[in-house]
Amino acid sequence: MDINATLLGQAITFAVLVWFTMKFVWPPLNGMLEERAKRIADGLAAAEKGKQELLDAESRVADELKKVQQRAGEIIANSEKRANQIIETAKESAHIEADKIIADAKAQIDHEFARMKEDLRLQVSDLVIKGAEQILRAEINKSKHEQILAQVRAELQ
Amino acid sequence: MASATEYIIHHLTFNNVSLNGKSGSFWSLHIDTFTVSLVLGFFFLFIFGFVARRAKVENPGKFQLFVELIVDMVDGQVKDIFHGKSKLIAPLSLTIFCWVFLFNLMDLLPVDLISFINDKAGHPEAHWRMVPSADVNATFAMSLSVMILIICYSIGAKGFGGWLKELFSAPFGPKLGPINFIFQLIELIAKPISLALRLFGNMYAGELIFILIALLPWGAQWILGGPWAIFHILIITLQAFVFMVLTIVYLSLAVEDH
Repeated sequence: MDINATLLGQAITFAVLVWFTMKFVWPPLNGMLEERAKRIADGLAAAEKGKQELLDAESRVADELKKVQQRAGEIIANSEKRANQIIETAKESAHIEADKIIADAKAQIDHEFARMKEDLRLQVSDLVIKGAEQILRAEINKSKHEQILAQVRAELQ
Repeated sequence: MASATEYIIHHLTFNNVSLNGKSGSFWSLHIDTFTVSLVLGFFFLFIFGFVARRAKVENPGKFQLFVELIVDMVDGQVKDIFHGKSKLIAPLSLTIFCWVFLFNLMDLLPVDLISFINDKAGHPEAHWRMVPSADVNATFAMSLSVMILIICYSIGAKGFGGWLKELFSAPFGPKLGPINFIFQLIELIAKPISLALRLFGNMYAGELIFILIALLPWGAQWILGGPWAIFHILIITLQAFVFMVLTIVYLSLAVEDH
């Protein structure tokens, strides 16, 4: 073993190498590796967050869907109820109207009937009078039998 | 067999240049270790600096992913072992791992490659050892730097007084102050020595075995050389990893209380 000034030279070289590595090699490489590790961690966290958000959104959608279904059921039930109501009301008013029309028609018929009857009675009485006149012109004095004619007329009523 | 001995010695001799003219003094330099480690260090900085400048968060290329793999591995080790806060430990560990790995990787180059080039260039006697981690200067340079950092981190975490107090009061309590101090000193010195010699021993032995295999007849070399090289892929990675992990462990021990 011969130790000599090479030792000093080597030590100086060593110091320079370590200084250079410390100054220009290690920080950028290590920083880059840390940056990459951070980006990967961030990416994983973002993925996890996205997954969670998706789950939240899905549950929200399910909730919303349930609400909507419930609401739709309510609306359908309400409208059915309303339709039934309308039908009932319509039926009722139709009945009333029909009754009214029938009553009107009956009244009119009655009225017409009464008028016809009156007409007929007048015509019949006229006819009877005419017929009687014809018969009586020959032998019966009108004034003499006025009382009987009036009686007949009264009976015809 | 003098030629075999000469061959081995030739391959295990550093390209030594004296800085003050006297041979054998401390002030000499292993040009080969220094140059190879410098080139490998700049290679590491170039590759990693290049990737770091153009690193993209999205759609990284294969090359960037390879670099990220290493950075991530080092970062994981540091986070597992060292629980304090430090801007230095992770880059230090990355540098140690990559630099030591590249040192060790030179062990997989053919042992005669450099000699061959030197021969062709007309300098058959020139020495050049290609594996810096088979030079104690390179391994001790790192491990002693780590020891200095251990002391700095201890003082930083506990204060100078706290550090001195711990030197004399752990592990046996303040009554046995000097014994504690001796134990602590041994512990402190053992760390860089074990770090440096473990790496040096493994790489030196690996290199030596490759040289010995190279002495076999050329047709038989692959029988031992192949398995040893494959096994060595594991060793060089493992040694780089062990050096790095032990550095982190020692520094985390320095910050924590005994």
